[in-house]
Amino acid sequence: MQTRSKDSFDGLIVDDMERGVFRVNRRVFTDPAILEAEKRQVFDNCWLYVGHESELAGAGAFIKRKVGGRPVIFVRDDQDTVRVLFDVCPHRGNSVCRGTRGTAQRFLCFYHGWAFNTRGDLINVPDQEGYGDKLCRSDLGLGSPPRLESYRGLVFMSMKADMMSLGDYLGDTRPYIDDMMDMTDSEGVIAPGQQSYSMRANWKLLLENSADLYHGPFTHQRFFQDYVSTLGADPATWQKTLRAGAEDNRVLAFANGHAVIDTPAGPLPMFADRPEILDELREKLTQKHGAERVARMMDRSRNLLIFPNLVMISAWRTIRTFYPVAPDYMEVDAWAIVGRDDSPELREKRFGNFISFLGPAGFGTPDDVEALENCQRGFAARELAWTDLSKGMGREGGALANDEFQMRTVWRRWYSLMNPGFVPSVEKSRIMAASAD
Amino acid sequence: MSTMDSFTRQDVEDFLFAEAALLDEFRFDEWLHLFRDDAHYLIPPLDVREASPSDSLYLVMDDMSRLRSRVQQYRGRAMWVENPPSRTRRLITNTRILSRGDEGLRVSANFVVYRMRHELVDPYIGRYEHVLVPHEGGLLFRERKAVLDLEALRPAAKISIIL
Repeated sequence: MQTRSKDSFDGLIVDDMERGVFRVNRRVFTDPAILEAEKRQVFDNCWLYVGHESELAGAGAFIKRKVGGRPVIFVRDDQDTVRVLFDVCPHRGNSVCRGTRGTAQRFLCFYHGWAFNTRGDLINVPDQEGYGDKLCRSDLGLGSPPRLESYRGLVFMSMKADMMSLGDYLGDTRPYIDDMMDMTDSEGVIAPGQQSYSMRANWKLLLENSADLYHGPFTHQRFFQDYVSTLGADPATWQKTLRAGAEDNRVLAFANGHAVIDTPAGPLPMFADRPEILDELREKLTQKHGAERVARMMDRSRNLLIFPNLVMISAWRTIRTFYPVAPDYMEVDAWAIVGRDDSPELREKRFGNFISFLGPAGFGTPDDVEALENCQRGFAARELAWTDLSKGMGREGGALANDEFQMRTVWRRWYSLMNPGFVPSVEKSRIMAASAD
Repeated sequence: MSTMDSFTRQDVEDFLFAEAALLDEFRFDEWLHLFRDDAHYLIPPLDVREASPSDSLYLVMDDMSRLRSRVQQYRGRAMWVENPPSRTRRLITNTRILSRGDEGLRVSANFVVYRMRHELVDPYIGRYEHVLVPHEGGLLFRERKAVLDLEALRPAAKISIIL
């Protein structure tokens, strides 16, 4: 029996498998007390994405980021080890890192002159005599998150010292991540040019939106219908993909709250005039990985949600993460994955594909932002207390990718972390039910 | 290049001020006529502003075909983020002609573009780095580049208007 304290967040979700009803109380998007609890119970109990090793070119290369609310330095130290250090002087708390990116030989706190090497060790304390022999330098390095691990060059940190390994946490999402990182002929790296933007909306609205096929034909009509036609691509193909209700329109849930939608890929609009670029890539990849795997990589479209806030989308070859600053405001960071040795033509097409849809000036993202910000404004009508995410619960045989199963997956995980001890319902999508038979 | 030499800073300012008016008044058809057919509209990434569009992820990298579609979308109903259109107001100052060469006039100017929507004001601050070419006694864009000074698009998130 759980004790019900003021920190209990019981009753915020209605998950009724029998009636086929799943609802989320809109307080989760507006209540500052919920955000405060999320910081500790959700973000501090997960693995959080920091960056990709390829972003740090050589010894001393650093990028300042905010991860899980903490100011951190993502750095490759003088011995080539990738680290995450808190950008906080242990002495009195000042920042030790100047600029947002660059190359450093040491980090200097300008407040009292304490200096640290790129491994975070304290290497200089002015007027150390003042401490007598009591100052223990080894205890006064720059702190780091208790856990740091990487998978395929993707670096994650966790604030929870006894967190399960990153490999166990990612679990069966790993083959999907592998496919995403191997989709290029050469090593998958992050392209220069980080998109940093924001939404005046709760962070969980973007989690819901990032693998939502249902909204595609409506919110993104101007891309999939208007823009795609100007490229000589057939919009009907996309419309069919987005609305597909067929068996190969899959959605899967994984342990720890992750989910993926995995659907037939529409033709990439940018390549309509130069399909031979992709044919050539397919040939090279097939030699390396075999036709079956290449078909998964090139003919399927995957939107992967890694709980709580990492999104990988294969069609746009993007990695995206986002953090709440306030209940109604989030900061978003997004990157493009490219092959280190992509031909200039292929790279230009990939960039075009990405930015024609995604990002602040794309023909997709701004309409998402407008929708999510409108939702957030709408929550002021407290009389309409519930958001409905039931689609697919009542579908014969189980949910498909254009249902809301993936949102229910992340919400069930969120609710379990907010209400420790709670055991969520087990729902199987159509493909999961079929594989279990 | 006598035609190139004859343009003064005031000619360039007149061109940029007239362009700003077309955009603030949503006269996109006329605006598109200010571009040469091989022109580009570019916005570099905020963190590596000097990077080239061939190896870094620009925010905008439009050739004329994509730019025409961008404008066409403004007129359709499904550009939800600009339906109805946001109000905009552009201030352009510190105009300079940096060089005159075979490729055209290299021009720089500072800008602030305000976007007003939902009773919020989002300012976009930066510098234009245009390449202009003479055409029938006037000027045309060969490259129209808006380099933002913002460190991040926060809180202004959308470049759903032309900057």
